[in-house]
Amino acid sequence: MTVTMSKILGGREGAIGLAVLALLILVILPLSLDLFRLGLVGKYTTYAFVAVSLVLLWGNGGILSLGQGIFFGLGGYLMAMFLKLEASDPISTKIQTTPGIPDFMDWNQLTALPWFWEPFNSLPFTILAILTIPALFAFIIGFAMFKRRVGGVYFAIITQAIALILSILIVGQQGYTGGVNGITDLKTMLGWDIRNDGAKYMLYYVNALLLIGSILLSRYILSSKFGMLLLAMRDKEERVRFSGYDVSNFKIFIFCVSALISAVGGAMFTLQVGFMSPSFVGIVPSIEMVIFAAVGGRMSLIGAVYGTLLVNFGKTMFSETYPELWLFLMGSLFIAVVMFFPNGLAGVWDKYAKRVGFIRRIMEGKGKADNTSADSNTQGAKA
Amino acid sequence: MSITDFVLAVEDLTVSFDGFKAVDKLTMYIDKNELRVVIGPNGAGKTTVLDLICGKTKSTSGSIKFKNQELTKLSEHEIVRAGVGRKFQTPSIYENLSVYQNLEVSYPKGRGVFGSLFFKQTAEVENRVREVAAEILLSDALDMEAALLSHGQKQWLEIGMLLMQDPELLMLDEPVAGMSAKERDQTADLLNRICKNRSVIVIEHDMEFVKKIAHKVTVLHQGKILAEDPMDKVQANEKVIEVYLGH
Repeated sequence: MTVTMSKILGGREGAIGLAVLALLILVILPLSLDLFRLGLVGKYTTYAFVAVSLVLLWGNGGILSLGQGIFFGLGGYLMAMFLKLEASDPISTKIQTTPGIPDFMDWNQLTALPWFWEPFNSLPFTILAILTIPALFAFIIGFAMFKRRVGGVYFAIITQAIALILSILIVGQQGYTGGVNGITDLKTMLGWDIRNDGAKYMLYYVNALLLIGSILLSRYILSSKFGMLLLAMRDKEERVRFSGYDVSNFKIFIFCVSALISAVGGAMFTLQVGFMSPSFVGIVPSIEMVIFAAVGGRMSLIGAVYGTLLVNFGKTMFSETYPELWLFLMGSLFIAVVMFFPNGLAGVWDKYAKRVGFIRRIMEGKGKADNTSADSNTQGAKA
Repeated sequence: MSITDFVLAVEDLTVSFDGFKAVDKLTMYIDKNELRVVIGPNGAGKTTVLDLICGKTKSTSGSIKFKNQELTKLSEHEIVRAGVGRKFQTPSIYENLSVYQNLEVSYPKGRGVFGSLFFKQTAEVENRVREVAAEILLSDALDMEAALLSHGQKQWLEIGMLLMQDPELLMLDEPVAGMSAKERDQTADLLNRICKNRSVIVIEHDMEFVKKIAHKVTVLHQGKILAEDPMDKVQANEKVIEVYLGH
């Protein structure tokens, strides 16, 4: 058991990195920020789920998905469907032509709840759906592509196209999805008001713990033989195939895991922000999330979280003053990171901060750095 | 087709690329514990034959039987699992991983998705890694990043990765390309040692090296077999001298 524990924590260095991150988002930020700013952090950490999923998929697996918004969005929409149904009880919607259905359906002349909305009256079903539907969708996409050995830039383009198709579909099917406005005006979860201050703190903490859980899950995967195979596949796919592995199965699996993690982030987004819209599904958010991971370091699970937080704080501060310049700045940031810091913030940390004596001593433990080979296979997972 | 005692029975194997027959009605049998060398001029179809056996290229017609099991219908990983290992022409190793990890990844357990997630690094695995590392003369380099190895050592490492799987048929595409004279000798010894328990097919251009290892030599020319004899007889064969050795 202790071996598994140390694997999940990523050795001493990984454990310290995770502890520092946990301290920051669980203690320091809640104590030092007002509720509005903390809400922003909460929103950004939901994006961090996607960045973490990209570290698995892209950083370690070498599979660039430009469509992670699909899964973030699906998770978000599934959660929003449940919350919307609860907010649309017959009493609060009695002014509608058909009371008891979501308002946007009424505006679009729907007179009954569509069949696929029915099960979302149940919270257990909704949670199950969040944990399975995006992963299942990823399985279908992955199966269709990886079994045919579609990879690299083609995979990126196709995932991007699917993200676009899905966002167009959501906008087009206004009566069923709320269209371009999305699903708004979400109020309670099983009678618990998600808009008041206490709920906001609560959801922030649930989200933070789920994020840490996702990092631990990812750490386990990366530290197993599976993680080593991911790196091997990224490097020499043919060699892995001719060593007796069915490469496509491994790719499909990691794609499904990344979809699952992204979907949890999406569901937490809906809960904390109180709405979901197609602008979190399409191409732009999908690419932004790749940038978060790249800035943080695409090989580093923890770096990806910092990258997400920093880029988003930059975005918030900068776009308050110069909104139209932000996109250019973000573009240049991406180019600069790719050109000068291919391993992002985590790479800079590894290269420079560890030269500082006391940081190195803390990270390695007093002079007894044991670099056994079993230890070094977690290097990808370390911050 | 026929049931044989051969480890590998290739019969009437043909592959055509847009009408060009890279391999043309090739028939070849490999015995148990045999070390066969395939030689021939560029474009003779040597690498294509290995590609066909290991499933990288699909044949147009003909059959490939490994221990009487038809390989042409199997996918690449199934052929490997049946017991056929293949080394590529350019060293194909995982540069980002350590030598130890390169060998460990090749260990034939935990080959499924869930098997690999719950794969345990047992003492048995470690012993096997160290055993193979000693065989390929890389015991001292286990913790080294594979990218830092010399070209010759990379070739050995790839052979070692195949040995981890303990295949019954080992196919090596130019294993001594780019090696120093000393490394060539060491590789010849290595091949003579490892063919004790298995059959080996080697593609090679270096005639000195071929002489040291070959039990029998197959000469390919334009996708067809020109000669199949022990080395001294092949070297005396006039047709072979004309198309290949004469250059």
